[in-house]
Amino acid sequence: MNYRRNFFKGLLFLLPALIILFIFRFLPIILAFVISFFDWGISGKGDFVGFKNYLQIFNDKTFYQALLNTLWYVITVLPGTIIISLIISILLNQKIKFKGFFRTTFFLPEVTSIIAISFVWKWIYHPQIGIANYLLKLVGISPLKWLEEPRGIFEILFNIDLPKIFEGPSLALFSLSIMTIWKSLGYNVIIFLAGLQNIPEHYYESAKIDGASRWQSFRYITLPLLSPTTFYVFIMTTITSFQVFAPVWMMTGPPAGGPLGTTNVIVYYLYDMAFNYGKYGYGTAIAFILFLIILFLTIVQKKYGEKNVHYE
Amino acid sequence: MSIMNKLRNQNFSLTITYILLIFFAISIIFPFFWMISTSLKTQKEAVKFPPSFIPENPQFSNYQKAWSKVNFTRYFLNTILIALVQLAGILFTSILAAYAFAILDFKGREILFVSLLGLMMVPMPVYIVPGYMILQKIGWIDTYYAQIVPWMANVFPIFLLRQHFKTIPRDLYDAAVIDGYSDLGFLFKVVVPLSRPALITISIFSLLASWNSFIWPLVVTNSDSIRPVQVGLAYFIQEQSTNYTLLMAASTFVVLPLIILFFIAQRQIIESYTRSGLKD
Repeated sequence: MNYRRNFFKGLLFLLPALIILFIFRFLPIILAFVISFFDWGISGKGDFVGFKNYLQIFNDKTFYQALLNTLWYVITVLPGTIIISLIISILLNQKIKFKGFFRTTFFLPEVTSIIAISFVWKWIYHPQIGIANYLLKLVGISPLKWLEEPRGIFEILFNIDLPKIFEGPSLALFSLSIMTIWKSLGYNVIIFLAGLQNIPEHYYESAKIDGASRWQSFRYITLPLLSPTTFYVFIMTTITSFQVFAPVWMMTGPPAGGPLGTTNVIVYYLYDMAFNYGKYGYGTAIAFILFLIILFLTIVQKKYGEKNVHYE
Repeated sequence: MSIMNKLRNQNFSLTITYILLIFFAISIIFPFFWMISTSLKTQKEAVKFPPSFIPENPQFSNYQKAWSKVNFTRYFLNTILIALVQLAGILFTSILAAYAFAILDFKGREILFVSLLGLMMVPMPVYIVPGYMILQKIGWIDTYYAQIVPWMANVFPIFLLRQHFKTIPRDLYDAAVIDGYSDLGFLFKVVVPLSRPALITISIFSLLASWNSFIWPLVVTNSDSIRPVQVGLAYFIQEQSTNYTLLMAASTFVVLPLIILFFIAQRQIIESYTRSGLKD
């Protein structure tokens, strides 16, 4: 009797949240799964096509390019954001003045609108009158086309013709990566700072007594003890980078995803398919593949991340 | 190593630290500086190359022009309305749900909670197409409802609050029951006041998310009059793509409210990010 009353009471407390989550989270996921098996368009439910959408994806050159672009984006954002934010957080984790000021400054981009800031960067990257090219000119480098440059960064760097696979991400895509690193730095800095503050001071003191150099302290104390944090930053950056959309919509093209499709990423491609071409079924099938990739990353994070959480 | 040497060494590394930090800080601030600088130039000065860093003759009127060129008053009011109603919704649904998950004891609680947690793994882009279709079915496309209601509950704030409610001693609950408190009374008179930091955290995330949300309102709205500020700005940029001074002025006032909020609630915001990051 009491048990049943508790059940209804629990349900009552959960009801507002459950109604919304059911209609706008569970239902869409089920619906997404269903429509990815149909030839669903703007006009409504088409024929049941089984795995056709998925099979089509595996033969779709544009999808592969979008996947490759997304991977390049992730691969270029990762080392940049991890190395720079690690350096900054180590610099900040000393007895220095204006610590709060610096921390605030680095965090600023994190709270600002991606739309406004994407446009500011587009202006910075302007191929003729942008300040980026002006700064390059000051140090004697010839101007770049930035967001309008479809050639790969390795090709530009070494100034030779390379086969497509070795060209690397286009400079246009790489320009988006630079902006992303700039924007996400502050968040990673505070996560790293929290991780650094968890390392017991006495480790460093004993290392000092044993005559360890600063590099040795960093290499044998900081890096290994910070590895759970680094791993966390690594996975979270990967997961969010896989979902990049707004900068592509704002900064590239027209048409967005350009030049020559070199900044077309998975989420932009699924948006394009669903809302510009009206192919809901196909768009959702792409979304599901993205979901599987992210699910895999989350499981890796849960499995290996939690193992390493405890320090001592 | 003599003491003098050691001191010199320390001073040297400290100098390097400051130089690097200042270099990074300038790189971070520069785009903001450049945005404001461009926003105050005349169109002619803005497209000059090589560019000038400080506007020769600051054009504050650019801000007025940008504001009235499209209906920014409306966009801002829309965003404020959406953000506040969403925040109220998030607080309401999460407080009740977290209480059920943390304190009430009933059958099926754990299964329900774990299946909700599973939702956290689903990336937002998965919801776009089917979410759109459901809203279409309900007849909510191009309404405020479409922008607000789907995000009035979320798993993450429920999860965060539940973790916090769990730290409240069971004895407190038992004592409250003996004192004749109802569950709602206990929740709002004891649990909620004890959970201020967690509530501030979820409020901050809710506000930031609704202020900056883009792909969802982009997809579910068509009319200009109900657009939030981000979508309004995005279309304004597309229409006026070369009118740099006005667009930078618009970007500045879209960015400004959050920067002000950040300076007011800096400590809480940074703590919130740290807390959610490490517990997630």
